[in-house]
Parts: sequence; structure tokens; C-alpha cells
Amino acid sequence: MSDLVWIFISALVVNNFTLSYFLGLCPFFGVSGKLVTAFRLGIATTFVLLITSIATWTLNTFVLERFPYLRLLAFIVVIASAVQFVEMVIKKTSPALFAALGIFLPLITTNCAVLGLALFQTSRGYGFWQGIAFALGGGGGLTLALVLMASLREEARLSDVPAVVRGTAFNLLLAGILAMAFMGFAGLLST
Amino acid sequence: MTTTTPPADPSRAYQEFVKGIWKENPAFVQVLGMCPTLAVTNSAINALAMGSATMVVLMCSSLLISLIGRFVPNQVRISTYVVVIATLVTVVDFTLQALAPAVHKELGAFLALIVVNCLILGRAEAFAAKNPPGLAVLDALGMGIGFTFALSCLGMLREVLGNGSLFGFDLFGPSFEPWVVMVLPPGGFLVLGVILLLFSVFGTRKAS
Repeated sequence: MSDLVWIFISALVVNNFTLSYFLGLCPFFGVSGKLVTAFRLGIATTFVLLITSIATWTLNTFVLERFPYLRLLAFIVVIASAVQFVEMVIKKTSPALFAALGIFLPLITTNCAVLGLALFQTSRGYGFWQGIAFALGGGGGLTLALVLMASLREEARLSDVPAVVRGTAFNLLLAGILAMAFMGFAGLLST
Repeated sequence: MTTTTPPADPSRAYQEFVKGIWKENPAFVQVLGMCPTLAVTNSAINALAMGSATMVVLMCSSLLISLIGRFVPNQVRISTYVVVIATLVTVVDFTLQALAPAVHKELGAFLALIVVNCLILGRAEAFAAKNPPGLAVLDALGMGIGFTFALSCLGMLREVLGNGSLFGFDLFGPSFEPWVVMVLPPGGFLVLGVILLLFSVFGTRKAS
């Protein structure tokens, strides 16, 4: 049980997907303009991560043992289907959210965090529940980073930033400072 | 551009090749493919290896997609591209594992993550599918060199600042106090941020 908790905490803050593995940076900079949208994209991605984790475990256990060279192809096809599924669900249940997420919803397919999760889970040999804990922690960490970044950017919009700094450079520097703050969690695991 | 375009004249080919290196540099100007840009540039060698691997995949995928582009139905084109790219990345992954196991181990999962590098899918969709194979390969080569160049710049800067070495060779001797944060994750964000800042400063100065 305790190893599940550690996997969760580690993926959530210590080895945060976005801020220390640099996974899922496109939405991190692309959709972090508004807090509400950022939060919802985080939740949608977490859901995809969860499906991917289960699918990865199934594939690894029952199919890919004999065909390791098909791993990447199999993963990417599964992820694309999972995203398509989530897209349909969101379109049915919340058309407003569907419109707000726009292009970034199908782009979850090419979100490195999703494929990264499948690859890390494979290379670390996680079992079923460990995979679930990893997906939840990773998704939570991604959402946390998105929400923090969106809040910072909403604040920064009201402050007096020179025009030349605004844009990607400013967001990168913000992310750098955020990542430094997250380094403070590094000591948690070594004990 | 239609598929009936006559063989490109040399000046156009030159233009398509050069644009990716500086004017439309994928990492510095278009800010595509951020994950590898930041994740593996903690040393110059890793950055160079990652850049070259991406360039090989990009060139092969551009060539293939330019050849098959007109036969692929519109609805399934993205999935087709992704499958082509994933196959090529698998090939590069295994090749590198055989030729340079040490580098392969360093890059780890990030090598496989070339599949989801937006740069490659972006070039396939925006250029290769609509242009003849020759131009597509030139475009890919230019973009690949631009990407490798950007990655190497970041990698060298971060290695010098954070480790006091370049390509593994010690530069400053024992009196150098390394700026460790630069080889850690925050350093990636900060160095790229500062570089983009400089670009924007010079850009506005030029414009005014």
C-alpha cells in the first residue's frame, strides 16, 4: 500500500510531469491563459491518462510480451482512441467546454505526458494498481501545474510588464521560477 | 500548391531549405517540440544526439508522407502520419540502441517521445503532404538542422553554466563554482526564456 502512496506523491509533486519531466508543455503554455479552462483540460487529460494506464497494462501483460517492437505503435493507437472517446463524451455532456478547449482537445493525443506515462510505466515495470496510482498522480500533478501557471498568468496580466517581455519568453521565465519552487519537494523522497 | 507543380527551380528549393535554419527556426521562432528541447538539453552531447535523431525521423517521414500524401483519404490522414512516424521512431530507437547504447540510455524514454514531437507532425501536415518529395526533404533537412542547432545552443549553454564543461571536457578547472540549477529542470525553462527574450528585444529594435 505504502508504495502506491509514494508513487502517487512522487508523480504529483516531486517528479511533476510538467515541471521536472517537461511532459505536456504544449497545453501548459497554450491553454494556461484562463484558470477555468486550464483546470478542465487538466481533468480531461487525467482521464485520458487513467484510460491509457489501464490499456498499457493490458497490452503489456497480454500482447506486447511477444512483440516488443510494436510497443510504440500499439501505444499511440490506443492513446488516439482514448482521446477520441473522451472527445465524444465531452462533446455530449458539455458543448461549452468542448468549444473552450478547441484544438487542444484532439491534441491530447500528441501530449507527451500521455505517451510518456505509457513508456515510463513500461520501463519501470509497474503493475495494475501501481499504474493507476501513477496515472492519478501524474494527472493531478499536470492539473496542479496548469492551474498554478494559469493563476500566475491571470495575475501577471494586471501587472506592469514591459511589452518586449510579454509572450512566450515571459511564460517560460514564469515556468522556470515555478519549477524552482517545485524543486523544494525533492527532499521528500530520499528519506 | 497542387501536385502538378513542375520541378522546383533552384532558388525556391534553396529558400525552403534555408528558412528552417534561422528565419523560421522550429525551436526559437515557432517554439515547437518543447518537450525534447528542454528535457534533454542538460548536456551538449545529449542535445546533439536528440537533434540528429529527430532530424533523421523528420527527413524520412517527410519523404514518405510526401510520396503517399495524395493517396491518403483526408479523414484518416493524421492517424496515417502518426503511424508512419511511430514506425520510423521505432527504427531509429533500435538503431541507436545498437550503435550507441550509452547515449540511448541517457535519452531513455525521450527518444521514443519523438513520436509526439509537434514539429514532425506539423511539417507533415503543413508542408510534406502538399509538396513534391524533393522539396519536402529539403524543408525537413532545413528544419532538422535548425532544430539541432537550437538544441545544441541550449545544451552547450546549460552544460557550460551548470557543469563548467563542454562535450564532457572540463573548461574552467576546479576554481569554477557550477551554477547547478542550470542543468536541472528549471534551468531549461530559464535559458530558453532568456534566449527568446533576447530574440524579442532584437526583433523590436530592428522593427523600430
